[in-house]
Amino acid sequence: MQFRKTWVMALALTSVVALSACGNNNGGNNAATNNGGTNAAATNAPTETSSGADLSGSILASGSTALQPLVEQVAEKFMETNKDVDIQVQGGGSGTGLTQVAEKQVDIGNSDVFAEEKLKDADAEKAKALVDHQVAVVAIAAVSHPDAGVDSLTKQQLVDIFTGKVTNWKEVGGKDQKIQIINRPSSSGTRATFEGFALGTKTEDLQGSIQEDSSGTVKKMIGETPGAIGYLALSYLDDSVKTLKYDGVEPSVDNVVSGKYPVWAYEHMYTNGEPNEIVKAFLDYIMTPEVQTGDVVELGYIPASQMQVSRDVAGTVTKK
Amino acid sequence: MRVEPKKKKIEKHHLEDFVGRAYMSFCVLLLIVIIVSMVYFVASKGISTFTSGDVKITEFLFGTKWSPEGDTPSYGAFPFIAGSFLVTLIAALIASPLSICAALFMTEIVPGWGKKLLQPVIELLSGIPSVVYGFVGLSVIVPFLRNTFPGQGIGVAAGALVLSVMILPTITSVAADALASLPQNLKESSFALGATRWQTIARVILPTTFPAIMTGVVLGMARAFGEALAVQMVIGNAPFVPKSLFESASTLTSVITLSMGNTTMGSPQNNALWSMALVLMLMTFVFVLLVRMLERRNKI
Repeated sequence: MQFRKTWVMALALTSVVALSACGNNNGGNNAATNNGGTNAAATNAPTETSSGADLSGSILASGSTALQPLVEQVAEKFMETNKDVDIQVQGGGSGTGLTQVAEKQVDIGNSDVFAEEKLKDADAEKAKALVDHQVAVVAIAAVSHPDAGVDSLTKQQLVDIFTGKVTNWKEVGGKDQKIQIINRPSSSGTRATFEGFALGTKTEDLQGSIQEDSSGTVKKMIGETPGAIGYLALSYLDDSVKTLKYDGVEPSVDNVVSGKYPVWAYEHMYTNGEPNEIVKAFLDYIMTPEVQTGDVVELGYIPASQMQVSRDVAGTVTKK
Repeated sequence: MRVEPKKKKIEKHHLEDFVGRAYMSFCVLLLIVIIVSMVYFVASKGISTFTSGDVKITEFLFGTKWSPEGDTPSYGAFPFIAGSFLVTLIAALIASPLSICAALFMTEIVPGWGKKLLQPVIELLSGIPSVVYGFVGLSVIVPFLRNTFPGQGIGVAAGALVLSVMILPTITSVAADALASLPQNLKESSFALGATRWQTIARVILPTTFPAIMTGVVLGMARAFGEALAVQMVIGNAPFVPKSLFESASTLTSVITLSMGNTTMGSPQNNALWSMALVLMLMTFVFVLLVRMLERRNKI
């Protein structure tokens, strides 16, 4: 009896596996699109014990899931050359990263926003102790469903759409179709960047608007929902969605670097006080041309070192 | 004739008994400590929203405006509480008849191969990760609803449909156990009186096992109430009480998973999220109490 039951289970399992193998293409895509939201807690840290490098110790980083892939990849390279250094990179979100670095639970807190924007009021003191290291830039573009019929939107048009004043694409020169907003949650760093630099104002959530927290899901929803509008980091853009020009400016890496396209934000790696020797070496390594023009670009970020403009926490942009 | 060493030696079965008892006590103690400290942690974080004076408890429970990042932040969690109850109830309404039929099929109609085939299949459902349910919901159910009903397909209806599949195994297995434990003579006397199978099921089996089956339904609802990821992916997450089943809405769990990582510990918004976790936990207690009450009513 027990034996037969096992067989039934095994049969069921194999048939399921076989089925999933048939639909592998589709499933693979789905899994990939969710990557942005998953929390890969531990990277596979190599355990070689050979010495030769001067540095030894461990670094714990946590926070932004948008920055996580870059830090993970650079960490692995860094550990290859410095065998005695162990770097763990965790996700959790910008808020978590900042909280943990402020409380010295981690060495590096990764964040999509300036610490001052998250640690406010009672926590403002904590933000002062943190030292900012801007390692990359992420630009965000407004995108729509391919059939919305609009190529470019002005700042005012975007504000009208995201505040609910304009609810049909024909009012901004597109098709006669209802606009469906696909937003990020109000606590999200991507949303803060978009609202701060594209809209110039905070927006309330509207009845009927959709909120998703991973870029993959947002892209999927915008591509599938007729009349959808949303915003995505440049690295997520492809043909399944229509990239909209902002005030006539194409959201491209060149335009971001030269300062023509304003909707971008730094990716921050915060340390509590000045970093110690190992952390400093790691942060310096990220800023080397090898990483900045290699891994940073490869993973779809814009190198912070190439930016011809800089921006402070108040949003003031200055030419370098 | 004194046997000296035998006196000092502890008998083997006594030792076993002692080790077993010590190990058991340790495990139970650890379990109690874990549960108590978890309840304490969530409760203390959850209550701090109200003790810090940021939010009144009535505003939190009945306020309909959730705008924590606004210029005048407001923390009305009613849309989330309503959303949670709505998806849970609809999911239970969809899943219960299906599960009870499946249980009847396995125990009464075709107890042989029906059980052997259906049980592993249903048990397999409970092993599928919730993110898979979420993606199936997003890729299949949402487009289907979008094309069939007005609206964008996302919303309470999609969430409830996904959840109903997820709670099927819970309700089915509890109901099947209840039906199997029904004394054979009850059925036999019903058949002896000339009742058909349908009459026996409808008038004898279901009424007698009703409390036990309801236990399964309540357990399923508890699961649905606490499910986060799958619901979050298909419900849309707008912080409003939806006007229709096909409009973007939120649940307690979806807003917690959406915002917890993005907020800093100790900020009012973060505290409000913990308060929602507290509401979730209290609701779980209510579900457990309900199960207890139903078990007491069990007639068999």
